[in-house]
Amino acid sequence: MPDPYSLRVNGVDCEVADSDLAESLLFVLRERLGLTGTKNACTEGECSSCAVLIDGVLTCSCLVLAATAAGQEITTVEGLGDGRDELSVVQEAFVHEGAVQCGFCTPGLIVAVHDLLEANPEPSDGDVREALSGNLCRCTGYGRILAAVHSAAATKRSQP
Amino acid sequence: MTSGPVVTAEPVMTTAAANTAAAGSAGAAGADTIVDAGTRGVGADVGRPDGVPKVQGRFAFSSDLWADDFLWGHTLRSPHASANIRGIDIGPALATAGVHAVLLADDVPGCITYGLEHGDQPALANGQVRYVGEPVALVAADHPDVARRAAEAIVVDYEVTDPLIDAEAAPDAAPIHPDGNVIRELIIRHGDLDSSGEVTVEGIYEVGMQDQAFMGPESGLALPDEDGGVELFVSTQWLHVDREQVAACLGIDEEKVRITLAGVGGAFGAREDLSLQVHLCMLALHTGKPVKMVYSRDESFYGHVHRHPAKMWYRHHADRDGRLVKVEARIVLDGGAYASSSGAVIANASCFAAGPYKVPAAHIVGLAVRTNNPPCGAMRGFGAVQTCFAHESQMDKLAAALGMDPVELRLINALDSGDRLITGQVITGTFPVAEVIRQCAGAPVPDIPPSDDRRDLPGGSGRTTNAADTVRGTGFAVGFKNLMFSEGYDDYSSAACRVADGVATVTCACAEVGQGFVTLAQQIARTELGVDEVILAPAQTATIGSAGSSSASRQTWMSGGAVQAACRAVRVQILADVAADWGVSPDGLVLRDGLVVSLDGQQEALLAQITAGTGYEADVEYHHAPTEALDENGQGNAHVSFACAAHRVVADVDPDLGLVRIRDITTAQDVGRILNPTQAVGQIEGGTAQGVGLALMEEIVLDNGIVRNASFTDYVIPTTLDMPDVTIAAWVEEPEPNAPYGAKGIGEPPTISSSAAVAAAVRAATGLPLPRIPIRPADIALARNEVQQ
Repeated sequence: MPDPYSLRVNGVDCEVADSDLAESLLFVLRERLGLTGTKNACTEGECSSCAVLIDGVLTCSCLVLAATAAGQEITTVEGLGDGRDELSVVQEAFVHEGAVQCGFCTPGLIVAVHDLLEANPEPSDGDVREALSGNLCRCTGYGRILAAVHSAAATKRSQP
Repeated sequence: MTSGPVVTAEPVMTTAAANTAAAGSAGAAGADTIVDAGTRGVGADVGRPDGVPKVQGRFAFSSDLWADDFLWGHTLRSPHASANIRGIDIGPALATAGVHAVLLADDVPGCITYGLEHGDQPALANGQVRYVGEPVALVAADHPDVARRAAEAIVVDYEVTDPLIDAEAAPDAAPIHPDGNVIRELIIRHGDLDSSGEVTVEGIYEVGMQDQAFMGPESGLALPDEDGGVELFVSTQWLHVDREQVAACLGIDEEKVRITLAGVGGAFGAREDLSLQVHLCMLALHTGKPVKMVYSRDESFYGHVHRHPAKMWYRHHADRDGRLVKVEARIVLDGGAYASSSGAVIANASCFAAGPYKVPAAHIVGLAVRTNNPPCGAMRGFGAVQTCFAHESQMDKLAAALGMDPVELRLINALDSGDRLITGQVITGTFPVAEVIRQCAGAPVPDIPPSDDRRDLPGGSGRTTNAADTVRGTGFAVGFKNLMFSEGYDDYSSAACRVADGVATVTCACAEVGQGFVTLAQQIARTELGVDEVILAPAQTATIGSAGSSSASRQTWMSGGAVQAACRAVRVQILADVAADWGVSPDGLVLRDGLVVSLDGQQEALLAQITAGTGYEADVEYHHAPTEALDENGQGNAHVSFACAAHRVVADVDPDLGLVRIRDITTAQDVGRILNPTQAVGQIEGGTAQGVGLALMEEIVLDNGIVRNASFTDYVIPTTLDMPDVTIAAWVEEPEPNAPYGAKGIGEPPTISSSAAVAAAVRAATGLPLPRIPIRPADIALARNEVQQ
């Protein structure tokens, strides 16, 4: 096994030991660090259920070798709420609008919507559809998800 | 916010409990603040109890489980559609460092085969493989990559034989299985078969093989128990039928197989059959260690059954006024290598082959056959999807032949309560087909002006289409199916309710697969018991009887009915004790707002006080009204209840490129009664999207039995850019007698008529016959070239 290395995830330095260098960031997050919020629907970069932010860039963690992310700021769905007990505006909107059914695509969508609203606080319907077109969901037909995104955007705009 | 255990930091034994414990408290602690039971009961827009852990990434799905010192399992699968196995050398695999076990068919301890209707499918290939992807060997190792590489090192000596891939040839071909190539032939003869109409239309229709494509891949964790049994955490649709099959294959008592539902990432029929359940348990019992298995996406395409591809020959007879006289059809479903639920799927396809219309005479021949293609079984809509595409295509063809408005043609033939199906069964429940048609067709057609936004054009952001080159069409379709299992099957559900210290705990083995039963169970308990806090115990086989399958649009009715009955039984006990104590009649007492209250307003007591300590408990089984088998003419009262839906679709098409953009979908649905509006919208939107996918893009492509597109790169499902907003013109609420709260199941109807309506819209836009779904770009572009030449 290679030498241990460290990943900075959600503001915390995490030691990664006993890890094969061929392991993806998705695998290491889930199986080495116990952060199973990041999901494994396709593991081939097509569904975005494994979306994370790496140095602020929205990324499919299944396509990144974990060791190459050393030294970068990794944010997963677990790091997006305001602590354990508080939901982010986006998370709150997903719960409230009924955007969650089975929930397997949800963490990736939460990360992607945070990224979208950071870059574009007033997205049009087309902007939202285009930004989330890489996030596959099989349960919802996207209607309540789109409603949640517009609701979250409006809430964020109304906040000081 | 009540704190629950962090799923990933806890031993596995608590993870399933963590999901449900969170479910018990998160509803009160999430977006909704605690309000009185009256506004959080049945009919209220209550949020999912598992919504908060799901948006936080804390909900434990079946692929998120772990246990100390666990191993990873992997499956070696057949690369051939048909082959004899002359020998298998596991030596190189066993010699791989880190490998703990390599198991073959001979290692299956009990019955080698399993199956939902017929036990015809080997747990591991037994001398022969019958489809590409059939499991041949199992490996357990200390790392998933080691397990995968070891599986690749297994040497299987195959004698490859010619596969049987043509469903129509299957009945007369040499049997590929000891049980023969015809899984079921069902013939329906109804009314005067010599009758004929003044107008007839004919058509041959095809439906491709659709995949359920749930997001959460097959996965689970098995732990050996000291008593020789096994504990299995798995995503499934029906815990108890899994237990029955797993125990038989393991050769141990059912009580020694303890299955707990792990978080399920969607199902849609694909988890009704076993996938990795037996394999995981075999590896755990053999190694004495916990074993985890997670399918990759490509393996998932091989690991579960699909929607049956269909070929359907139809002839409709009508009089000059458009009244249907007779429907003749022959339906061939390709069941693939093993039976799965093909027998029930062909029954549905045949029984509902004429659509929700009054048909005095019908001759339907339904055939489900065995081939060396991938096994097919349950998928949302279950046989009714395929025939809906055919009968609605026929109705449009008939309307054109008669010079009639297609909606009017449907209206004058629409079934109603009191009418007869082609199986002779009289519909005794509600069945507002005409109202559903009127509501959907009567909704205003949105004015969608030509758009300069390339995202609105067929082909989308690829900029391949010019707005000026697109043509628009509108299509309409209506479809229906049964609710619950049919043909004499008693698919009961069990539930228990306990009220102690004013808090209700509901136990039911109903598989929550995303549909929102957990929300409904809490709503029902609140309504029946006047409490607010409702805890849902884990769904598991050891604590409660079967809930039946989360399929056939049945759980709201069946497990909802079981939960309602259990809560009512507890209520009766509580009120009897309080009435005796107060010296009044229990009829004068009610439970509300956490109180026992006398209707005369004279007395009240806290439910928490009345139920302090051990509390009250009841355990019930809920059965629907019995049904009958179909006779030799396919006649009989085989079904419990029916539900219908209609869709109207506006589509823009680029005829030269064969690209389609759906601009509007409007629907109406027969729902009985809505128990949770937001969840109902979610079912209708999600079900409609799966129908859109089947109509335009989703098909497992086979080449001599080999799957050519086992990935989300090549098997594409609708995205946010493919799905327009779905306008729900109306929920037609006519409460169903005998159904709890009058509610019908709502999951399947949206998937039945949506595909047919999309196809009709594309036909209307292009003028092409388009007798096959999915409609591929070449089906439009090349057919148009042929027409032009």
